[in-house]
Amino acid sequence: MNNEAMLKTITDKHPRAIKGSAEKFGFLEIRVAREGIAEVVKTLWDDPELAFNVLIDMVSIDYSAYPGWAGERFGLAYLFKSLALGHRVQLKVAVPEDEPVVPTLSGLFSNANWLEREAYDQMGIRFAHHPNLKRILNHHEFVGHPLRKDYPITKRQWLSANESLMDEMEVSLKKKGYE
Amino acid sequence: MGMTGEGFPAITTRRDAVVAWGQKNSLWPMPFGTACCAIEFMGVAASVFDISRFGAELVRFSPRQADLLLVAGTVTFKQAPILRQIYEQMCEPKWVISMGVCASAGGFYNNYCTVQGIDQVVPVDVYISGCPPRPEAILQAVLKLQDKIDRPQAVPPAQFKVKEPQFDY
Repeated sequence: MNNEAMLKTITDKHPRAIKGSAEKFGFLEIRVAREGIAEVVKTLWDDPELAFNVLIDMVSIDYSAYPGWAGERFGLAYLFKSLALGHRVQLKVAVPEDEPVVPTLSGLFSNANWLEREAYDQMGIRFAHHPNLKRILNHHEFVGHPLRKDYPITKRQWLSANESLMDEMEVSLKKKGYE
Repeated sequence: MGMTGEGFPAITTRRDAVVAWGQKNSLWPMPFGTACCAIEFMGVAASVFDISRFGAELVRFSPRQADLLLVAGTVTFKQAPILRQIYEQMCEPKWVISMGVCASAGGFYNNYCTVQGIDQVVPVDVYISGCPPRPEAILQAVLKLQDKIDRPQAVPPAQFKVKEPQFDY
């Protein structure tokens, strides 16, 4: 399926969620409304002609130092690939600074769980209905979100305690059938 | 030490000197390896460079059994409480070698998450420069440390500088 047909299929199903599109280097990029991202991704997954079954990556962007930028401060870029059909697509979501909340994709793609935790940890974007939205790289005592452009790069924070990580381990063990 | 005459099977020395001689020739290192310097330490322990020529080949992976903490690699602020705890678990007497520029001064990680020198967390006896250091540099650090154990008054004491902000583990 080529890019035009792909865009038409998605736009026909979600006319209000699609805010625009672009094609860069033969790669389709679709701008999606923040509220509609979960439904659009559900379509990408369900539609047999799209069949996007891999979330390759999710990137969070801080546009506050971007030259000539007039849009919202934060952005999220989702990269999907279909292993069966071999095509890719990028979805972009604008996230406002005053309410950086986006619906979670962790129900559809398991790896979105950790990718969204990383975006929350480093950029401060929250994900509604995420099962375990806590910091993944930084320590739980860490204050602030270090990849935001207004976080001073050399601002260091002394931390006092070791992290046991047992809360996560217990959830994982339970999932695998160990009690 | 002084040897007496041929017919008398005894030597005279000081107790401190005998203890120091034993300590310096049987250092048991515990590698706190967090990055590529730890790979370089494997080369030092292996047969080509062979750290056992200097009596420090018995690598222990428990701090309770070691007396030389060899911090090899970048230490993050998340790792710093763990390093401090491991240092405190070691029995006296104990020594610390800071291996490589990351452990010694943060290296090129001049950012929010890297400790700028482990001497802010634990006292350090010998620093090794390099990224990573050559095996010869590590052997020289062991020799320096042996010199320090032998003649504690001849070399500067362990460096330990707590910088702002104060912390208490």
